[in-house]
Amino acid sequence: MTRGRRWRVVVLALAALYFLVPLVASAEFSLRAPGGGYGVANYTRIAEDPVLLSALFTSLRIAVLTAVIVLLLVVPTAVWVRLRFPSLAAVLESATILPIVIPPVVMAAGIAFVQANLGGPVFRALFDSSTSALTPFYVILALPFAYRAVDNGLAAIPLRTLVEAARNLGAGMTTALVRVILPAIRSAVLGAAFLTLALVLGEIVIARILLYTDTFPIAVVETGRSAAGVSVALSLASLLLTWVLLLAVSFVGGRRRRSLRSRPSVRRRTP
Amino acid sequence: MTAVQKSPAETATDAAVEFRGVSRVFGETRALDGLDLALRRGELLALLGPSGCGKTTALRLLAGFDRPTSGEIRIDGRDVTGVPASKRDTGMVFQAYSLFPTMTAAENVAFGLRMRKVGGAERGRRAAELLELVGLGDRGGSYPHELSGGQQQRVALARALAVRPSVLLLDEPLSALDARVRVQLRDEIRRLQLAEGITTLFVTHDQSEALAVADRVAVLNAGRMEQVDVPQEVYARPATPFVAEFVGVMNTVPVSGGRITPGAAETTQVRPEALLVGAPDGLAGTVLTSTFLGPVTRLVIRTEVGELTADAVTRPGLPAIGEHTTVQISG
Repeated sequence: MTRGRRWRVVVLALAALYFLVPLVASAEFSLRAPGGGYGVANYTRIAEDPVLLSALFTSLRIAVLTAVIVLLLVVPTAVWVRLRFPSLAAVLESATILPIVIPPVVMAAGIAFVQANLGGPVFRALFDSSTSALTPFYVILALPFAYRAVDNGLAAIPLRTLVEAARNLGAGMTTALVRVILPAIRSAVLGAAFLTLALVLGEIVIARILLYTDTFPIAVVETGRSAAGVSVALSLASLLLTWVLLLAVSFVGGRRRRSLRSRPSVRRRTP
Repeated sequence: MTAVQKSPAETATDAAVEFRGVSRVFGETRALDGLDLALRRGELLALLGPSGCGKTTALRLLAGFDRPTSGEIRIDGRDVTGVPASKRDTGMVFQAYSLFPTMTAAENVAFGLRMRKVGGAERGRRAAELLELVGLGDRGGSYPHELSGGQQQRVALARALAVRPSVLLLDEPLSALDARVRVQLRDEIRRLQLAEGITTLFVTHDQSEALAVADRVAVLNAGRMEQVDVPQEVYARPATPFVAEFVGVMNTVPVSGGRITPGAAETTQVRPEALLVGAPDGLAGTVLTSTFLGPVTRLVIRTEVGELTADAVTRPGLPAIGEHTTVQISG
């Protein structure tokens, strides 16, 4: 038993080192001031760089749009499949794996081909800005993660009974979904939204192949070429941003979960 | 409550709910096979049968969660066969876990009123009134997970009654509860049902539950109705061998002149309490099992006409397991 315990500590320590060393090294590097000593110059330069900031906003805009579209597609579909076509669950599951199985570079090459060879006003409008061009593809990339997150959330609640109870009390299908099911799977939905956000803030392959230079991940890489310190500072800052968002999600989801907890006695004592 | 209580007899011809030749086929199985059943206004009818007999299918058809393959369903004389669940005006209590987890007990009870666009103040008042009625007046602010299984089912009952539905549907609402709570809530459901005078369809596989609370019991087997009658009649005069076996325990014995007679051509059915253990002119047998049930002790006795189940009033001197005794139809 003690042996197993010691091994656990060793493995944990190694894993911690593996994660922490690059982070600490990056932090140290990003805090180096030009001409020796330490300072926050690299960080203040992020705030002063209009290109970086606008890239961040572009990516956040794409992320929010993507998350909204993905959830509008995934939540009703997952509910529908579970209620009406349970036999289709397996088909849908393998379909949602496709975007993971197909490398982004293949998808990007396909999109580039379409972009280059198909004309017409619709296509031109679609590829006019990075937001309208990338959002549909990021939706496809995010689908598998979002579907899984939402479906797991649905598996944890007595979906059919809740929907039937709501309908029995006079609610239509949409009302049942919005008033009863959505609040019950709130943390799963937030998780799906967060995964989408993280995906968009890190996606570089498609954006690069389609030659959109104004998204955040591209800007980070471009900055790195001229100012390594700023680029690293930026990476850390975006990591921090992601963490803050994750914390926010788990805080909001956690408050819900606490009220959904099956054993209330544990938490009841806290005022 | 404003509902006027009418005795079922007064309004015997006034069907609140009617199944007319209702069938439901799933693939190869006929879950319901031409069901004809009418519920009188204000009565509690127990739909009794083993699992898979079609009783839940019938309930779901009435609630509108499913459509019949053929036949017609009427509520208050109106054909509702094609009406969606949300417009049927039925109140349903499910087996378990049907409360909306993110809403408090009071919000759950008020949900149906909200769907009917009842104002906030009125909703709150009605929800409080109903929670009071089911004995949970002080738990309106609790979330479902903070309530016990029995309390959750009380809230579910209050929620179903809040909208003053024309029919109350109970889908084995007690099956997930432990024995003591089950009996308590069963009696409470009956008390409320009588007080509100609401027509109720109570689906159960538990015959003692059905006999205890129902005005009439409908026994269903393999999608077909076996018998519909008051509990006393169903118990005393089962219409078919299936009903005899399913409702209570029944011995089938050969008789001649009202006495158990091995080899007699005529057979009859005898309840355990109608058998006399230790009768002077009885049939000899050996006690296989003896189960103490409080006021009575249930003995299974092996005789030359087969194993007989007999309930004897608990008293000193009853034969023990392995001992010889005699058994005869009493009276």
